[in-house]
Amino acid sequence: MRLRLEPRPRPSRLWLWGSPILAILLTVLTGAVLFAAIGRDPLASLEAYFISPLATTYGLAELALKGTPLALIAVGLSFGFRANVWNIGAEGQFTMGAIAAAGVALQFAGSEATFELPLMLLAAILAGMGWAALPAFLRARLEVSEILVSLMLTYVATLFLSFLVYGPWKDPAGFNFPQTIMFDQSAAVPVILANTRLNLGVVLALLIVAVAWLVQRQSLLGFQLRVMGLAPLAARYAGFGRARLIWISLLLSGGLAGLAGALEVAGPLGQLVPVISQGYGFTAITVAFLGRLHPFGILLASLALALSVIGGENAQIAVGVPRAATGVFQGLLLFYLLGADILVRYRLRRLAEPGSLGAARQRATTETA
Amino acid sequence: MSWTMDRRRALGASVATVAGLALPGRARAEGPLKAGWVYVGPVGDYGYSYQHDQGRLAAQSHFGDKIQTSFVENVSEGPDAERVIRQLATTGNDIVFATSFGFMNGVEKVARSLPAKKFEHATGYKRLANLATYDARFYEGRAVIGTIAGHLTKTKKIGYIGSFPIPEVVQGINSFTLAMQKVNPEATVSVIWVNSWYDPGKEADAAKAHFDQGADIIVQHTDSPAALQVAEQRGLMGFGQSSDMRKFAPNCQLSAIVDNWSAYYIRRLGQVMDGSWTSGAVWMGLDTGNVEIAPYGPKVTPEAASAADQIKGAIIAKKLHPFTGPIVDQKGTQHAAAGETLSDEALSKMDWYVPGVHA
Repeated sequence: MRLRLEPRPRPSRLWLWGSPILAILLTVLTGAVLFAAIGRDPLASLEAYFISPLATTYGLAELALKGTPLALIAVGLSFGFRANVWNIGAEGQFTMGAIAAAGVALQFAGSEATFELPLMLLAAILAGMGWAALPAFLRARLEVSEILVSLMLTYVATLFLSFLVYGPWKDPAGFNFPQTIMFDQSAAVPVILANTRLNLGVVLALLIVAVAWLVQRQSLLGFQLRVMGLAPLAARYAGFGRARLIWISLLLSGGLAGLAGALEVAGPLGQLVPVISQGYGFTAITVAFLGRLHPFGILLASLALALSVIGGENAQIAVGVPRAATGVFQGLLLFYLLGADILVRYRLRRLAEPGSLGAARQRATTETA
Repeated sequence: MSWTMDRRRALGASVATVAGLALPGRARAEGPLKAGWVYVGPVGDYGYSYQHDQGRLAAQSHFGDKIQTSFVENVSEGPDAERVIRQLATTGNDIVFATSFGFMNGVEKVARSLPAKKFEHATGYKRLANLATYDARFYEGRAVIGTIAGHLTKTKKIGYIGSFPIPEVVQGINSFTLAMQKVNPEATVSVIWVNSWYDPGKEADAAKAHFDQGADIIVQHTDSPAALQVAEQRGLMGFGQSSDMRKFAPNCQLSAIVDNWSAYYIRRLGQVMDGSWTSGAVWMGLDTGNVEIAPYGPKVTPEAASAADQIKGAIIAKKLHPFTGPIVDQKGTQHAAAGETLSDEALSKMDWYVPGVHA
């Protein structure tokens, strides 16, 4: 029996919804085999992975908290990715946002000023935009690859952060450890659910996702970005300003990444340390594609990624599954999710054996077509 | 017979329950004591996290079914740590050991919100009634291996692979350099920072860069054996870190500074069981066996070995402090006059280098 992948005339509605479900089923099956192979109870492992993080309010809050930076960054990136503008440096913009927010918090330390937090968020958005403006300028004016510039600026941002926490911003009472002072309560994003770390940032992220959906769906800008990505010549013919779209998509994604950085510093972290991001800026690229560049898809994808991290920790605690195995499991989930997506645009057809009646009929159909 | 046994056990249990009620805070649920560990690297790093896990396993085999242990590895320093620590503490663990500096704020927040649970944090400085800290004087081991390096280097250039320039690492660099220069005053140390505790790729690259620049011995304050493997390939020399890494460099490992946490974990868990656990801070060195020197490798000359043994013996006997003056930093500031030693407080804030270090 021979199989062939054939392009579908139009994306399948059935598989649009069916492929993630298929992917999760395949992940669960392969995962069960994997956990059994290393001598762990497969059911208990899967329960620790998928069920127990969702079984408590605290667990749900953690999931939302962990998903927030991913969703924010990925939504921003999706604008550019639709237009073939590749901001790979969200990690750096996130870091610059965190630095700017911390700068404000340090400036107003002890003041307990009510404007402190809004100012932190604003400064972070501007810093993220500023960091993304460099690749935007070079791309729009000089045709320098924004992929390389934005990526390399990430390392500059990380080193700048190191300079600050090892140098001028170091906590004088901190035994020379690389960290700033802990920020005031007025520099903290308010927690909205007692006994959890769930804060207002989650609400902000949900709002932004909704607005992004409206913009992408309803506005001329969303349409222009899509056309530029799908058919650059048509976009030029229609008179869409290419430079303008490059600027907009990079500034948007940079600003949102910066905001995510501020929410991390003003949220669970509460200070600046040498490592702020757990690779959020890079993981968000996966999240954006996993969510098919759709804001609501991204929301789900960011929660899925967050669950795979938290579930991995749980599986270590509850069943003693080693970190490497949880990493493999996480990889499986991504592999199947992205792999099953092919069924949306392609269908699997069984090819008839050569020489049979079916083959002749098939040939005839192809020829007439 | 069995009836008396049962009754005795039942009687014991009820006494324990009463005692528990009488002394709140000491009460423990029936069944084995549960303890959780949080590691910054994978247990398979064969370095720092591996050694903490060896300590856990030693405690497990010492207490048998009286304790039940679990761990989470590869936990990044930052907000994730707080979740993991809380998860461990709220899923039945009576005590949680957070083994890396960057877990400090996380463990502090969780300890505040769960006063009935006990926490221990390695290498940190924040303490509460239910949060103790413990640390090892790794710099004592550095003085021993610095002595060996001073005897064996031919190029008089030592390559040092640093993780982060925090006091613990800076102490190590200075202690190593001071000991080395007592033997070999012209030898120098250059440091490459890899900005990670565990990144075998970067660690190996740093080792290659050091060797390419003429170093013949490398020293590391990072957790994987990758750098030693490079030394083995090049036929040069190096020291293991945290763990005896001999099997990764059978010819080229001169020795290693071994962290042995077993006795500490066994003691502390015993104290939790009998109710005598209290918070506090300990800083253990060669004398308690918490820091050990691995057996010398084949390239260590008898002369170097006996000099190293002498230093080790003197530190254990408290006749020698690795930081005995005169100690002057690179700016010329004097930190200890001749014969004086640095206080623990000065050590814990160290942010300067002695001459001969290129960091």
